[in-house]
Amino acid sequence: MTTENNVPNSNEESGTWRVKVGLAQMLKGGVIMDVVTPEHAKIAEEAGACAVMALERVPADIRVTGGVARMSDPALIQRIMATVSIPVMAKARIGHFVEAQILQAIGVDYVDESEVLTPADERYHINKHIFKIPFVCGCRNLGEALRRIGEGAAMIRTKGEAGTGDVVEAVRHARTVLGDIRRLQSMPDEELMTFAKEIGAPYELVKETKQLGRLPVVNFAAGGIATPADAALMMQLGVDGVFVGSGIFKSGNPAKRAKAIVEAVTHFNNPTILAEISKDLGEPMVGISVSSLSEKETLASRGW
Amino acid sequence: MSISPQNLILGTAQAETTDFKIGVLALQGDFLEHVNVLRQLGVQAVEVRLPADIAGLAGLIIPGGESTTIGKLAIQFGLVEPLRDFIKNGRPVWGTCAGMIFLAKDIGATGSGGHVEPPRLATMNIRVNRNAFGRQVDSFEADIPLAFAPHEPPFRAVFIRAPRIEAVGEGVEILAKLSDGTPVAARQGHLLVTAFHPELTNDWRWHAYFLKMVQPNWGTKP
Repeated sequence: MTTENNVPNSNEESGTWRVKVGLAQMLKGGVIMDVVTPEHAKIAEEAGACAVMALERVPADIRVTGGVARMSDPALIQRIMATVSIPVMAKARIGHFVEAQILQAIGVDYVDESEVLTPADERYHINKHIFKIPFVCGCRNLGEALRRIGEGAAMIRTKGEAGTGDVVEAVRHARTVLGDIRRLQSMPDEELMTFAKEIGAPYELVKETKQLGRLPVVNFAAGGIATPADAALMMQLGVDGVFVGSGIFKSGNPAKRAKAIVEAVTHFNNPTILAEISKDLGEPMVGISVSSLSEKETLASRGW
Repeated sequence: MSISPQNLILGTAQAETTDFKIGVLALQGDFLEHVNVLRQLGVQAVEVRLPADIAGLAGLIIPGGESTTIGKLAIQFGLVEPLRDFIKNGRPVWGTCAGMIFLAKDIGATGSGGHVEPPRLATMNIRVNRNAFGRQVDSFEADIPLAFAPHEPPFRAVFIRAPRIEAVGEGVEILAKLSDGTPVAARQGHLLVTAFHPELTNDWRWHAYFLKMVQPNWGTKP
């Protein structure tokens, strides 16, 4: 009823910043799951996912297969959109604004401009302000987060190291972002401009972050979360929710593990309940230790 | 200390600290946004995740979020019957967006995606269609006049993949409509629902309205 052709009243406005950030606020305290088929999407919805990320290969398979990883087939994404009633996200390559236009045209609810895909531009990210649908972007530190928000990202996720099942990088990136914010809060105002310059972030957003004591948008954790305990760890560190990629559908019992991770994010501060829901989940994904990867093999280093 | 329409609209109202507690269902969604508004209004706010958290609450807010997620977690952790009892005992409950779906007796067609009837309390006499305005690309904000404050400026309401009130039954009063007549807020006795998210704005008039449902003289002390 508010599409461009059919605006019933001039005071109604879609695609605003508040509406873009607002959807991310509705996802808080939830789990966003990577799915590659409509059947996976149904399992994720049944398990209580607050959204799904529709893609052709989960990051663990992208690692194994190699080659260029691109936006998924729009037909696959649309089949997933037709199957579930929860929000559907999809990935575009860094800087590939035409992939993002296509995703907007088919009506996905959020675009992930993602380092998991092969970057299309080694210098510039997408100008996300000019889109009506919101974007989520990865970061490893506060400067990277605020640059993405400056370009129009309405949601941030720490990158972690996707497709490894090793939570160590997710922890590193969350601690770095949140630690940078704590440091910023104790800074006198005359130091903010130099700090903004040093971290390569827009000055206005640095000021706003200091004042809020958090990022100006919702901040999820991603990249390597494989167990309910991993998810609760990230929540206790202070993120607003989690993405789980390969960790669910590369495990022995996806339905059970997905449900357990959803419950762990709600009860992240209750070890008695965490113990209960961590029982008998079957085999976790096998995983790759991040320390065994060479710099060239990491995905998190993509993005500028 | 003052509560006037003007400083509610600007989000600068300050009230006496209340002696009652309001719970916010904290299973998933934007519960912290509600908690923050309540605390700024001087209200003690409690996050509700388990049945034991309900004891001693004077009222409850069910926040926005994903209705299927909230419904499943409510069942899994035994909250459905205690919350129905809470309502039966006459305690005020307010559902925003997903919270409205959680309270609705009937669920109609889903606007986008597969049709799922999320588990819910099903206590309020309304039929609600999920995602009835479309997907995120159709999410919008709009000015809506308030039935309880006809002489005040309209409220800027934020609708995110919002549900639509399709039909209302006996005893339900419409409190706000879009310009095309679509009802977007309703009250049935001590139950309040809004299809939009007052917790995402700095205008606190809906929170004040709900607090007066909990305690009629709230905000009137000098």
